[in-house]
Amino acid sequence: MDVLAILIDWAPYLLTGVLVTLGLVLSALGLGVVMGLPMALGQVYGSRPLRWIVGIYVWFFRGLPILVLLFLFYFGIFPGLGLGDVPAFVVGAVVLGLRGAAYQSQIFRGAIQSIGEGQMIAARSLGMSRLTAIRSIILPQSVRIALPGWSNEYPNILTDSAVCYAIGVAELLTRASQIVSQTHVTMPIYIATAGVFILLNYGGIRILHRLEKRIAIPGFGSGAV
Amino acid sequence: MDQITFLTEILLPALMSGLVVTLQLIAVSAPFGLLLGIGVAVGRQYGGGILSPVCKVFVYLIKGTPLLLLLIILYFGLPSVGITFSAFTASVIGFILCNGAYNSEYIRGAILSIKDGQMVAAQALGMTRLQAIRNIILPQALIRAIPGLSNEFIYLIKYSSLAYMLTVIELSGAGKLVATKYFAYTETFMVVGLVYLALVTITTVAVNLLEKHVSVPGMIRGETSAMQL
Repeated sequence: MDVLAILIDWAPYLLTGVLVTLGLVLSALGLGVVMGLPMALGQVYGSRPLRWIVGIYVWFFRGLPILVLLFLFYFGIFPGLGLGDVPAFVVGAVVLGLRGAAYQSQIFRGAIQSIGEGQMIAARSLGMSRLTAIRSIILPQSVRIALPGWSNEYPNILTDSAVCYAIGVAELLTRASQIVSQTHVTMPIYIATAGVFILLNYGGIRILHRLEKRIAIPGFGSGAV
Repeated sequence: MDQITFLTEILLPALMSGLVVTLQLIAVSAPFGLLLGIGVAVGRQYGGGILSPVCKVFVYLIKGTPLLLLLIILYFGLPSVGITFSAFTASVIGFILCNGAYNSEYIRGAILSIKDGQMVAAQALGMTRLQAIRNIILPQALIRAIPGLSNEFIYLIKYSSLAYMLTVIELSGAGKLVATKYFAYTETFMVVGLVYLALVTITTVAVNLLEKHVSVPGMIRGETSAMQL
């Protein structure tokens, strides 16, 4: 059978992997925001022990290779907590998310710290509580400043999601290697897979850039501060 | 068997031999990754109509493809077209390509931060373009690129673990073998993780010292660290 026919035959199977890969990436990005933003606030405004804990968390998750984290959680921590039956997909998404939170917290922290301290003082002197000031004054600005840096997390998490192959999540790369062992067609399959990753990568970046433009306030942005 | 004997007599010796392989992977990949990065950055910036787009496409393709897929292509894919590498060589080639592509972005950013006037002045003094790049532009650009390059070096330390997927028994691989044999996953991978943390932390400290050592008094510190990828 000729290579093109094989590629067309297996295309639906491979492309289902796109959904799995995007599922991994989007849940990791989401978990990263949900955890990373409070962590950043804790690191800037929190008490000394809290800052210390967040610092250790960030140090740990940024210092370990993604492969080691996946092995640690998939074979060690999840079964150790009695969650051995949790699907590999969930473990992959959680690990990518926990690690994403470490990176994203530093992006948010930088953005929060780039806002002049005077704004907090001014908000307090107008009678706002610290929490109100953070919510209404600091965050709306810092989230916009953080967005370009945050967008850079997308390609990082996308390429790292391929490492979930090591724990058998049925994402793009896993499916590609399954197809290779079924059909014995090697290079065309891998190159097609690389093509899909490249499309996802630069397509996603395009969409994020458009989003950045949409929520930007004219005259205010990472360049203006 | 108690924890201490497991740690000192089984785990640590195994990780030690794995660590040696990890350090070999890094030591071979990093210098060539830097050279490739310089070459691609210079090619992209000064390469003209043919070389410049080639460098651009190279960076685009490598950055778009997951490193693990690149490694799998090099080791499991290329034999089907008659090119065979050992697992170690395939890993090193993959790391050099990836590291070089990312390095080139930082170096290019640093080259762009150096004013055009310096090139014009160098040529006015009779230097050829190549001489000006080598003696005037690059020495300044490389110093400015240090924060970005050191980031990439740290990524290289961590991504060297992917060589295990090509059956190279480096640090993570050695850990995986012990963990599977003795069914001690959490302990083993925590220790493996601590070794990586130590490598990364030592590198960070060393880079800070290096940066202080090579900084030119009065020259603005590179702004490349702000554009981390």
